[in-house]
Amino acid sequence: MTDGTSDLLRFATVGSVDDGKSTLIGRLLVDTRQLFDDQLEAVANASAKRGVGDLDLSFVTDGLRAEREQGITIDVAYRYAATPTRKFVIADCPGHVQYTRNMATGASTADVALVVLDANEGLKEQTRRHLCIAALLGVRYVIVAANKMDLGNWNQAIYDKVVAQINDVGARLGFSDTVVIPVSALRGDNVVEKGFEASWYQGPTVLQALEEAPAGLWANSESGARLPIQWVLRQNGGGRTYAGMVNGANFKLNDTVTLLPAGVTATVVGINGPRGAMDEVVPGLSVDLDLDKDTDAGRGDMLATEPLPTVTQEFEATICWFSEKPLDSGSRLRLKHTTRSTPVRVNAIAGTLDVGTLSVSPAEQLVTNDIGLVNLMTADPIVVDDYRENRVTGSFILIDEVTNATVAAGMIGHANFI
Amino acid sequence: MTTLSPSSVDHLDILESHAIFIIREVVAECERPVLLFSGGKDSAVLLHLAVKAFAPQKLPFPVMHVDTGHNFPEVIAYRDERVATLGLRLEVASVQEAIDKGRVPDPGPLGMRNRLQTTALLDGISKHKFDAAFGGARRDEDKARAKERVLSFRNSFGQWEPKNQRPELWQLYQGRVNSGENLRAFPLSDWTELDIWNYIRRENVPLPSIYFAHERPVIKRDGMWLAVGEFVHPEPGEVVERHVVRFRTVGDATCTGAVRSAAETIEAIINEIAVTNVSERGATRADDRFSETAMEDRKREGYF
Repeated sequence: MTDGTSDLLRFATVGSVDDGKSTLIGRLLVDTRQLFDDQLEAVANASAKRGVGDLDLSFVTDGLRAEREQGITIDVAYRYAATPTRKFVIADCPGHVQYTRNMATGASTADVALVVLDANEGLKEQTRRHLCIAALLGVRYVIVAANKMDLGNWNQAIYDKVVAQINDVGARLGFSDTVVIPVSALRGDNVVEKGFEASWYQGPTVLQALEEAPAGLWANSESGARLPIQWVLRQNGGGRTYAGMVNGANFKLNDTVTLLPAGVTATVVGINGPRGAMDEVVPGLSVDLDLDKDTDAGRGDMLATEPLPTVTQEFEATICWFSEKPLDSGSRLRLKHTTRSTPVRVNAIAGTLDVGTLSVSPAEQLVTNDIGLVNLMTADPIVVDDYRENRVTGSFILIDEVTNATVAAGMIGHANFI
Repeated sequence: MTTLSPSSVDHLDILESHAIFIIREVVAECERPVLLFSGGKDSAVLLHLAVKAFAPQKLPFPVMHVDTGHNFPEVIAYRDERVATLGLRLEVASVQEAIDKGRVPDPGPLGMRNRLQTTALLDGISKHKFDAAFGGARRDEDKARAKERVLSFRNSFGQWEPKNQRPELWQLYQGRVNSGENLRAFPLSDWTELDIWNYIRRENVPLPSIYFAHERPVIKRDGMWLAVGEFVHPEPGEVVERHVVRFRTVGDATCTGAVRSAAETIEAIINEIAVTNVSERGATRADDRFSETAMEDRKREGYF
C-alpha cells in the first residue's frame, strides 16, 4: 500500500515452501490473541477434518480450499494484528517457485521481510531467490526466523551456520539490518514467548524484533515531492485542481512545482486534503493541488519539486517476468507507470540474473520467474525516478494487450549488486 | 489554519487516502463503474470516501443496491435518505425480480436469499454494462477475502479464480478488462472492523439506526438472535423474547443475527469491539456457517 506512520509496520514472509512461513504467522497470531474464538474453532475443525492434528496453525492464513488440500500457500494472505505498541499488516506469501508472482505482490509493499527457513537445511535456492527479489524490491531490513530448531535439538552450531549464511547473502544484497532468531514455530519457542531450550540465545523473540523494527521504510525516498495526476477536479467557480496521492517528499504552500513532461513551472497556492485545506502534505496522502496558473495538465502528467524526475521514452529496467509465455526482444506490451499507461516495446534483453551467484548472463528471452535486465522504449514519454530513489515513480508493470494480464513487474534502473 | 499537519497524520489518514486513491484509479481506468451500496456500515464508509474523492463534483457514477427483498425497514429508509441527500443515481438489482422471472429457484417467502444475490448482482452488472463494481469488503472479514486482490478480476461468468489472480504490486492498480468481464474493487481491503468504527466516529458518517442498541422482539435460532419481523416468524418451539440488541453487520433479515448489547453510541460500540471474543461474521452471519469455504465458494460463483 502506501507510506506508513510510526505505529504501523508492514512486513512480508519470504522463504521456501514447507519451511513453515504460514505456521509461524499462525503461531504469531494465536499467541498474541489476534484470533476470535470462532476463528480458532474453525481452524481446529478444519485440522481435525483433514487429520493433521489438533490445530494446524498454517490453516489460519491458508484460507483457500486448494491450499488446505495441498498443504501449501498459493496466494498472499493479508492479516492485521495489533499489540499494545504497534499495528501490523502481514503479507503471508507463498514459497513455491510457481507462485513467485504472488510473493512479489506481497513483498512489494513491505517495510521489512520476515524470512522463514528450515535451520537444519540452511539457505535453499528458493530462499535465495526470495531474498534476491525482496532486495530488488527495495527491502533492506530483514528478520530471519531459523525455524525447526527443535528438530536439531537446539544445537547452537546449526544456528551459527544460518547466521553465517545470512550475513554473507545480506552483505552481497545490501541489507542494512539482519536479525536471526532460533525458533520453533510449531511449539512456539521464541515466536511470542521466549523458549527455554536455547539458553545460549539472548536476542529478541520474533515479536520483539517486529516491534523494534523501524516502520515506514517503504516510503523512504531520496527524490523530490511527486504528484502523479489521477484526476482533474473542477472547482465551483470554474477553477481546476489536480488530484493524486503524494509520494517522495512533502509539498508545501508556495512551492515551485514543475508540470512534466510539459516542463511548465507554477506555484502551489492551495493544498486540499481529505480533511480540508493544508499548508503542507506528506507522502501517502491524497490531495488536490491548486496552482497559480492555468495549465493543460491531465491524468498521467506529474507535478514535481527539485530534484526533478527524468522524462524519457527509452530506459534500462530490471523486470520479473511472470507470464507462461516467454518474453522476446521486439515484444510489444502495455506499460502502466504511476497514472500513465502507454504502449511499450522491448528493445533488447541485456541478460538474466542468476539468483545464486548474482551474476548476469546473456539471454535471448525471459521465461517464467526470470529476473531480467531489459531496455524498453515507450510510445509516450514517462516521468521516472530510479527505483532506488523512489519506489512509486520508479516502478511499473507490463500488461499483455490481448488478455490484459499483468505479465511483469518492473523497476527503473538496476540494483547496486547487479 | 491547517487541519492536518505532517506530524498529526495517523493510521486512519493513510487508510483514507489510500482508499480515495484506489477509487480514483478505478474511475479513471474503467468505463462504467458502480458502487455496491447495501446500507451496511462498510458501504456507508465507502460511499463517504467516494464522495470525498470527487468533491466538489458530484459522484461520477451510480450506486446499486442488491436487494434481497428481505430488508430491515430502517436500512431502506437510510438508503433512500442517503440517495436524496447526496443526489445519487440509484439502481436496484432485485432478487425478487430474479425469482419472479424464474432466474433462480424460489426458496419460499421466508427462505434465506443471500446466495441468490449472486444472480441478481450479475444480472444487474450485465444489464447496465458495468465494468467495475466497488464493494466494501475487508480482508479481515474472512479467510477467502484475506486472499483477494484490491482489484479482483472476474471472468465473463462473473467468477473469481483464486488460483489465478493478477499480480498486484506497489500502488499500481490495473483495471483493464475485455468486454463482458468485470472488476470488483475493494478500497477498504486493508481496513479492520475497528478502523471502520473509528473512522465513522471521526467523520460522523451517518448509519442506519439498527447498528445502535434498541429493544426489539427476537428469537434464538441456530445460536443467533434473529429479529422477528415481516420475514422472520417464530417456528414451533421458538420463543419470542424482547431484548436490547444491535447489529454488527447488515444483510438479509433472515440470516443476519443481532448481538445483545447496550451500546447506544459509537464510543460504546468501539469499546465493545475492542474486547469481543467473536468475529463479526461468526457472530452474525448464518450464510458463512455452511462449510469451511463458504465465502470462497460463493465468490467463485460471482458473489461480491
